Amino acid sequence: MTTKASNRGAAIEIRSITKTYGDFRALDDVSLHVEPGEFMTLLGPSGSGKTTTLNVVAGFTDLTSGTLLVGGKNVVGVPAHKRNIGVVFQHYALFPHMTVGRNVAYPLTLRGVGKAEREARVLRALDMVKMRDFAHRYPSELSGGQQQRVALARAIVFDPPVLLMDEPLGALDKKLREWLQLEIKRIHRELGTTFIYVTHDQEEALVLSDRIAVFNRGRIEQVGTGRELYDEPSTLFVGRFIGDSTVLRGGARSDGTGTALKIADETVTTPRRLSGDVTPVMLLRPEKLSIRRPGQPAAGQNRLSGRIAEAIYLGSGSKYEVALGDGSLAIVRSSLTDESFKIGEQVDLWFDGADAKLLADDASAETTLT
Amino acid sequence: MEMKPLTRAVLGLICLLVGIWLVAPTIVVAPMSFNGVKSLAFPPRGFSWQWYENFVTSPDWSSSFFNSLKIACLVAILATVLGTLAAFGLDRMRARPANLIRMLLLTPMVVPGVVLAIGIYAVYLDARLVGTLTGFVLAHTILALPFVLIAVSANLEVFDKRLETAAASLGAGALTTFRTVTLPLIAPGMLSGLLFAFATSFDEIIVSLFITNPYLRTLPVQIFASITRDADPTVAAVGTILLCVTTVLIGGGMLLLGRERRGRS
Ligand SMILES: Nc1ncnc2c1ncn2[C@@H]1O[C@H](COP(=O)(O)OP(=O)(O)OP(=O)(O)O)[C@@H](O)[C@H]1O
Ligand SMILES: [Mg+2]
Repeated sequence: MTTKASNRGAAIEIRSITKTYGDFRALDDVSLHVEPGEFMTLLGPSGSGKTTTLNVVAGFTDLTSGTLLVGGKNVVGVPAHKRNIGVVFQHYALFPHMTVGRNVAYPLTLRGVGKAEREARVLRALDMVKMRDFAHRYPSELSGGQQQRVALARAIVFDPPVLLMDEPLGALDKKLREWLQLEIKRIHRELGTTFIYVTHDQEEALVLSDRIAVFNRGRIEQVGTGRELYDEPSTLFVGRFIGDSTVLRGGARSDGTGTALKIADETVTTPRRLSGDVTPVMLLRPEKLSIRRPGQPAAGQNRLSGRIAEAIYLGSGSKYEVALGDGSLAIVRSSLTDESFKIGEQVDLWFDGADAKLLADDASAETTLT
Repeated sequence: MEMKPLTRAVLGLICLLVGIWLVAPTIVVAPMSFNGVKSLAFPPRGFSWQWYENFVTSPDWSSSFFNSLKIACLVAILATVLGTLAAFGLDRMRARPANLIRMLLLTPMVVPGVVLAIGIYAVYLDARLVGTLTGFVLAHTILALPFVLIAVSANLEVFDKRLETAAASLGAGALTTFRTVTLPLIAPGMLSGLLFAFATSFDEIIVSLFITNPYLRTLPVQIFASITRDADPTVAAVGTILLCVTTVLIGGGMLLLGRERRGRS
């Protein structure tokens, strides 16, 4: 924090990293490039390899094969304490026998920073997380949110070019979490450090990140901005994991003009086609579906009939779950000005075939979501 | 549930009796140490400090006291170092072999003292360790080690190893991490182990009786020798001093252990 320039983030280059435990592949050929100063989030379900990736970058876990560059230097084999990478843990990990001030001063003491400069930097770091008045408290005298802010101060006080955070807000309640998300975002902006952030909460990922890497079963399914992942998911898993979605599957047929699916006794079509020997499914975002009473037409050439299974009032509108003819559930959002529907009512859903994403079916997309 | 007054009275009486029974031998010693005449009969007659004086001035008593002090200090240090290392090793091993080794290390607490004494004596005869400082320190350390192991292990169980990972991420190497994070957090366990080890050695009698000789006597051995020879109330004075010392040490050790448990829960 002495000068802005010393504080630039470092690029991180993960190349084909594999980590095995016995026969089990916790990470399977993972590659990821993080730009200097970027806020990258690793998102994925439990056990998908997010923490393992972070631990490999931090140096807590050895990799089985692959290369890891931080700031252009190969750090494979460099022990954690020589990597100069800040880490914030879900469980705070503050030293209980040291005051807040001494906790934050710890990395500076190790680096031989003189007393005067040390104190100034500790205060600046505590200022940044708004914990200046707590320097003389012990961690046990702080709330969870306060402890995590101190842990954050301790991780940034030595100006690491990279900061790793593993579900830092996981143990906090929703209100506090949302506030701290904004604080973390502000700190990232002020520092210019490269952040890698782990979460399994897609909303949190969308709020914070420049880009998101979606993990599934030890692999990265897709890397992109939140908008890219929402609008252009490259796999069914990503489409299902980010935002609400409706998946249509059944009796797929493709020809020169596009693809047709049969849902119970109704047929829907899209001009898109998939190449290769895969079963296509359609993925639809809630806002691409229009909900109407039977007989009232709407835009779009595809119509599916169903019955309202669940109606959720959202304030700005309503969300409906509609049971389709084949028993699957469609998710539709309607705005305030639209009519409202009751549970059990018969409705028609309309959509434009061009708005449907055509993706290869993947059974794991449904099972690993929970 | 409400207790009937009678039940309460009977229960109280029983508790009182058991209590008296448990501490009676201890409270008998203290008055006898102030006996006015040279007799171990109870109750004592008269009052005097002469037996304490005798303890301080007689070379037999004071040299055995300093022997015990020296041995106990060495044992406390040796057992604490070894016991802490063992606790660390076992903590970081796979559970199965660790449990086996732990049981092995704790056997001195279970094996009858006299059996241990015979074994040690037999080995010491060959090794010429009977009546030597080294012999006493080694033998007492065997007996004291389990206390350190238990105290430090209990402390390590509540020690959050993730703090060591955090220290590494902040730039601390293994040794620095141990010195600045691990050691301060397990110090209470080590200190209580140290006190128990000291007390164990300081009042050890069974093994000491076997490996003693006229040139090296510990305080408990001296007490035993004295009381089998004549009825000298000096033993009561020494006993009272021993009682005070061990009570303070063990009490301190227990307090440390208890605080550690409470502090982390
Ligand atoms: N030391 C280990 N030994 C064996 N398997 C392990 C070990 N560490 C992690 N794993 C396995 O590797 C996989 C990935 O674990 P990881 O901790 O990276 O998941 P995660 O994505 O962080 O999940 P979560 O959201 O639950 O924290 C899991 O299936 C886990 O069981
Ligand atoms: Mg994890």
